[in-house]
Amino acid sequence: MTTKQTLTFVLMDAPFESARTTTAFRLLHAALTRGCDVNVFAYEGAVALSFAKQAQHPNAVHGRDVAQEDHPLSRNWIASLMAYAHERGAALNWVNCGLCVDERGVGEAIEGVRRGSPADCWKMAQQSRATLVIPTK
Amino acid sequence: MKVLQIVETAYRATAEEQDDTIIWIAHAMRGASAELGVLLAGNAVNYVTAEQDASGLTLGAWRQTQPPVPAQDVAALIRKDVPVYCIKEDLAERGLLEGKLLEGVVLMSRAQMPRLFAEYDQVWRW
Repeated sequence: MTTKQTLTFVLMDAPFESARTTTAFRLLHAALTRGCDVNVFAYEGAVALSFAKQAQHPNAVHGRDVAQEDHPLSRNWIASLMAYAHERGAALNWVNCGLCVDERGVGEAIEGVRRGSPADCWKMAQQSRATLVIPTK
Repeated sequence: MKVLQIVETAYRATAEEQDDTIIWIAHAMRGASAELGVLLAGNAVNYVTAEQDASGLTLGAWRQTQPPVPAQDVAALIRKDVPVYCIKEDLAERGLLEGKLLEGVVLMSRAQMPRLFAEYDQVWRW
């Protein structure tokens, strides 16, 4: 019998700034697909990934209105991965660094995301098979 | 569980945060009983130069009252029994070996890194 494994990811980049964010989300998806429980500790700018007020916009350069442009939002990616985890009987625990949230005024996170501290990061790492840090460069 | 934190990108958001974000999180996790070590490499080796002063930032009428003091924060980690290692070659490349360095920092060569990694359960490269 295989034991379910837990992986922790520590993210640091703000949304929309780096291809690392997309890669990080693909890794989360892959980990859930493979049956892992996943923890995410969002640090610094990454706390804005779950900001509930992210909004789509039209794109005149593309000649598209809001609906046609269907701009990707990281809050929707998180919600989608949470639903995906739920369907698969896996856990996706997303914790934002509370002080980082306060600095940036992004306290309104989507449902399922909770506020925490570096102590939560340490606890999640202790309970995981491995931890991957994806820092800002 | 013992985790080695590698800091290679230096002065990342230090003006806004008034400290180095990874040195800060190491302090915070140490407060939660984490067993940690810190390895300074690349430009981050500058954190062990004892005499540095980032004060004086003024933008219009706004003045920074609490400038970052990374050397002090690193020294405080050492006092909390977090070993701090620093790559000698990176110090030498930057002409910092001749200057005054923080006491208690362990200088090591790149060739010694694998042995250091083996002492830790996990290595987090920030």
